Amino acid sequence: MTLYTSTVVTPRRRSRVWAKFGESTAFALGLPILLLVIWGVWATLAPEKFFPSPIEIAQAFVQTWIGPAFVSDVLPSLARLAVGIILSIVIGIGAGLVIGLTRWLRELLEPVFEFFRAVPPPVLIPIVAALLGSNDVMKVVVIVAGAVWPVLLNTIEGVRATDSVMTETARSFALTRGERLRHLVLPSASPRIMAGVRQCLSIALILMVISEMFYSSAGLGFRIVYFQRNYLIADMWSGIVLLGLIGILLAVIFGFVERRVLRWYHGIKEVEHA
Amino acid sequence: MPDTLLTVEHLRKVYEASTGDVEAIGDISFTMAAGELVCIVGPSGCGKTTLLKCIAGLLRPTSGSIELRGHAVTGPPPNMALVFQEYGRSLYPWLTVRGNVELPLKHKKLSRDERDRLIDDALTAVGLDHAGKAYPWQLSGGMQQRVAIARAVAYQPEVLIMDEPFAAVDAQTRADLEDLVRALHRDRGMSILFVTHDIDESVYLGERVIVLSKSPTWVQEDLTIDLAPERDQITTRAQPRFTELRTHVYEQIQRAKRGEALRPTA
Repeated sequence: MTLYTSTVVTPRRRSRVWAKFGESTAFALGLPILLLVIWGVWATLAPEKFFPSPIEIAQAFVQTWIGPAFVSDVLPSLARLAVGIILSIVIGIGAGLVIGLTRWLRELLEPVFEFFRAVPPPVLIPIVAALLGSNDVMKVVVIVAGAVWPVLLNTIEGVRATDSVMTETARSFALTRGERLRHLVLPSASPRIMAGVRQCLSIALILMVISEMFYSSAGLGFRIVYFQRNYLIADMWSGIVLLGLIGILLAVIFGFVERRVLRWYHGIKEVEHA
Repeated sequence: MPDTLLTVEHLRKVYEASTGDVEAIGDISFTMAAGELVCIVGPSGCGKTTLLKCIAGLLRPTSGSIELRGHAVTGPPPNMALVFQEYGRSLYPWLTVRGNVELPLKHKKLSRDERDRLIDDALTAVGLDHAGKAYPWQLSGGMQQRVAIARAVAYQPEVLIMDEPFAAVDAQTRADLEDLVRALHRDRGMSILFVTHDIDESVYLGERVIVLSKSPTWVQEDLTIDLAPERDQITTRAQPRFTELRTHVYEQIQRAKRGEALRPTA
């Protein structure tokens, strides 16, 4: 005989946590799912050659990208993107530190930088291709030539904004140049640097695609243009979806790194707003 | 013959500006013996911070000399530590409390154990042995200033220089921190040069109070504080001798403000 079955207390806390989780997931996925449904219904009711239904695109996605094309087109594109991003960050931070710490260099270079930053990077493609030929190096150079600027200029600004009292503290404790760079200048500039890296990622992705649209015979950008010229519309859309997914992946990796590097910075913001 | 630690001789500092030169410090001379706690007090804007920065080797004097243990100070000397007024800008927010205290020790050639012992000892001395893993911005203002003091203590300087360190904390915290400075001086024999604009604080803390004139600055009076070394916020401040001394310093500051005191002819 079980007499007290009705007195079992449900763990409310836990159910509330799950409700909260479900709620935020519903919010995050709700609109995309709704849009997909509308799109799917629309595409079935009024078929239109240039806007295939999401199911067709999903089928094209599986057929096109899962298989040999992943090795011949996607991986090389991702490799060039990765090399381009890493070079942009390394060159941007390295040169930014030197220029930010050297007053005369900064005054000499800043007007020139404003000009280069203002030049839309895709116009460099014909010139770089003429100089280097159409190869991986050309594509990486194009990515770096466009994506390095936000990192470089933000690093310079961040280094310049190092607090004077913090600098005097480091001097009074006779920290060496290297120690000051590593323990003071770099961390203090890191919020600005990370803001630059965030911009760098999206510019690099754009330039990866564009650099492959010209003088190319492989890669994501080439494939998308190829599908479009051959009226393979669902395949073209599947390429665009893949680009979007790569963009999200970059954002997720960035978010993970940023939370670790700038934990102190977000902590201060939280304390200030509390 | 006292053991001379710091000698400041005919120090003069002129700031060159486009609108004309500004003479911040006219002519300052004084000496400080090892193990002393000397307070420097003066009217606001009298160049106290300029004087400290010159002594700390952060600012080059226009003329005159500063010697620490017989060596001329031309850059920040390795046997000196500074505590700034702006604790929020002198601690590094990306390092933990422990990391902040450890940083200046990194290039001192110490073993891991020795370094850890110094850090633990310094944090215990300021009463923060439980907060090593916290970040400075998680602490109150008074606790942050304790971290800055711990960092200076762990550095094992021959002289500790404090630039209005308690000007930005509330009165109760301030009293606690004053007693902490007294304790460091008494228990560890630390030599401390303490700059303040607070007359009561200078008399309560110091064994000597150097009163500065208004800018261009010189030493208006060098006063020995003949209070007992054991000091207490309540009883010491209630002593008639304390009141006499603080009234005396107060009058000197008033004279300095009015520019009545005569500049000594060199």
